Amino acid sequence: MHFRTFAGFVGPSVFLMLLFIAAPLVGVFLGSFQITQPVVEQVEVETCTPGFLTQTCTTELVTRPILDENGNITTTTEWVGLTSYIRVLEPGRAWDAVRDLDYNALMQIDFWAALRFTLMFTLVTLPLVIGFGLAIALAVNNVARSIKGPVIFVSLLPFIITPVVGALSIRWLFIGDGILTSALEMWLDRDLALFAQAWTIELMMLFYRVWHVAPFAFVIFYAGLQTVNRDTLESAIIDGASRWDRLRYVIIPHLMPLIVFVALIHLMDSYRVFEEIVGFSSQAHVISLQWLTYDFLQPDDAGNRAYSRASASAMLTMVGIVILLIPLLRRTWRDHKGAPH
Amino acid sequence: MSDRPRAMRQPVSLRLGSAAFLAFWCLIASFPIFWIAVMSFKAPVDAFAANPLDVILGPATRAAGQGLSILDIAAGLAVLYLTVRFAMRWLPGRVAAWSPGGQVWAGWIIGGLAYGVAFVVVFLGVLPVVLGALNPVLGPLGKPVLGLTTVHYHSVWVENEFYRNFLNSLLVTTGVVIVSLTVGTLAGYGLARSGSNLAFWLLIVALVFRALPHSVLVAGYLPVFINSAEWLRPILGDNAPTLYGQPMAVIAVLVSINQPFTIWMLRSFFQNIPAELDEAARVDGCTHFQAFRWVIMPVMWPGVITTGLFSFLLAYNDFLVTSLLLDATNQTMVPAIAGYFNRETTTTDQVEAVAAAVSITAPLFLLVMIFQRQIVSGLTAGAVKG
Repeated sequence: MHFRTFAGFVGPSVFLMLLFIAAPLVGVFLGSFQITQPVVEQVEVETCTPGFLTQTCTTELVTRPILDENGNITTTTEWVGLTSYIRVLEPGRAWDAVRDLDYNALMQIDFWAALRFTLMFTLVTLPLVIGFGLAIALAVNNVARSIKGPVIFVSLLPFIITPVVGALSIRWLFIGDGILTSALEMWLDRDLALFAQAWTIELMMLFYRVWHVAPFAFVIFYAGLQTVNRDTLESAIIDGASRWDRLRYVIIPHLMPLIVFVALIHLMDSYRVFEEIVGFSSQAHVISLQWLTYDFLQPDDAGNRAYSRASASAMLTMVGIVILLIPLLRRTWRDHKGAPH
Repeated sequence: MSDRPRAMRQPVSLRLGSAAFLAFWCLIASFPIFWIAVMSFKAPVDAFAANPLDVILGPATRAAGQGLSILDIAAGLAVLYLTVRFAMRWLPGRVAAWSPGGQVWAGWIIGGLAYGVAFVVVFLGVLPVVLGALNPVLGPLGKPVLGLTTVHYHSVWVENEFYRNFLNSLLVTTGVVIVSLTVGTLAGYGLARSGSNLAFWLLIVALVFRALPHSVLVAGYLPVFINSAEWLRPILGDNAPTLYGQPMAVIAVLVSINQPFTIWMLRSFFQNIPAELDEAARVDGCTHFQAFRWVIMPVMWPGVITTGLFSFLLAYNDFLVTSLLLDATNQTMVPAIAGYFNRETTTTDQVEAVAAAVSITAPLFLLVMIFQRQIVSGLTAGAVKG
């Protein structure tokens, strides 16, 4: 294919990606070193209130933004170096906390709390998703053909559901005296308030994520199970391999590329954990890295959005993604070098 | 299973164990969704009752005079059963007979819509009137036994104007699916047929872009979109739009965010179409574009439909981008629901939020029902072949 034809085919797609992915990235990178503020001036204002005999007058210094000829607030943009990063990371406080071995003090800083939760969430859900996905796939592979269709249909539901709504549906089972909370209370014979402390909310979030992603792992492993070599399995039986040995030495090695694939996709996606925070309204207890950026971007009471801090926290989130991606990219590069075209 | 060699047959305990595990999984998978669907039809007292039976039977809802009698349930189930049966047996033949040759898919769209409308008219229009007349005369059979009320749906959709959010969702998802398939199909084909290094690097860059957290990108869009009237003025004149709050801008953003995934997926589908097909067309004197138009397009629909489903899901399920880039007047359904559960001051508000959540889920439920095969093939396309 000539370059010209190729460019004709991929042109629109590349243009969109450059305009809406690459350009914003550069913008965020530059924006994280800048701060845009309204220009303010201090003026002495004399306010007088009517009083007996004479007016009571007070003068005070008032800070107010300068307006341009259209009545808009004028702003300046300054290069501030790493100031925004320092505001997000708060290295001083963080370092004090680390020196005093004060875990709670470190978790008082939004960024470090978000980082802790995001990493914990990613690493805990990963083995659970793969394990559950594999177990469901093996079980479905075991049942009669006629009920496979309905089972796959039911299994797809948690995967296809809108993440916020999915999280909400779990939350409504537990909130206040939801039926599962009352069932737990009956069973444990004590009062429970599952939304009052961080760790119970985190447990529910972990449960939600595994519930949401296990079907994806299941479908992929199930497809892989259809291509397991029967001959290898039979020779393993002749060699006296037990059921467990066959799973361990024949089936899992056969599924290994798929397990790696699911693991990578899951790492990328769960590192971006966000909808759980919204669905469980957990921002008072638990936040994630992506939610931190989202929160900076939400207008505050005065209608201002903290772009610079949002950009800084976005760039810090990126660092994690890049670290996650390096092994994947190296592998793809090796495959590309090795594969003849 | 009888063709299995004897050594591969499983002991009863193992088969029972795996069947039990599967039943347990199916219960977990469907229970939360089933439960919110049940809750959404009950009065608040019942919906948040501690006893599960109260939630299902709804005594408080029934006491308020809203419920289904045995007759209602029987008639409703009969209509549902007949609907499904006719859809399976009768509809395919009619569609095939009435649609002009070669355009069966158009026949399916029109036939399906007409069938759906007919079902809604019978189920929600005719049935309640007939049963309302029959129930009082039938004595014990006509007494309500199952509490059920649609009042929350009414207040969500009519009083709170959720249909506006629905229309916005419809606009955004339709736009995203159409644009992203048009752009993505071309790119996917180009990438599948070109073995050059440039194509490889494009795919790698797309992979990196796929991993980006969306909040990173939105942090880049927001300041630009909000001030767009200012910097577009030199180009577009005085009526330059503010991109913030424009569904069109959100469509462009979602299409682009989705583009890396779309081109990877379509590329793997195009790689499965033999290259000999378009090479033969090229030998006959077609250009690449003509070969694409006349040879590839007729055979690419399964892959395009599958990719379209996933584009739809991304646009429909998105919370982050739409909640930050659209203002209250143009809100889509998913960010709008955040308004419900955040203001949950009374339990009525909460049940309304449940009803809104069920309303969002219902189309997805239908989608899985119709396109289960395509969704599974789409999930595996990326993994098994790529």
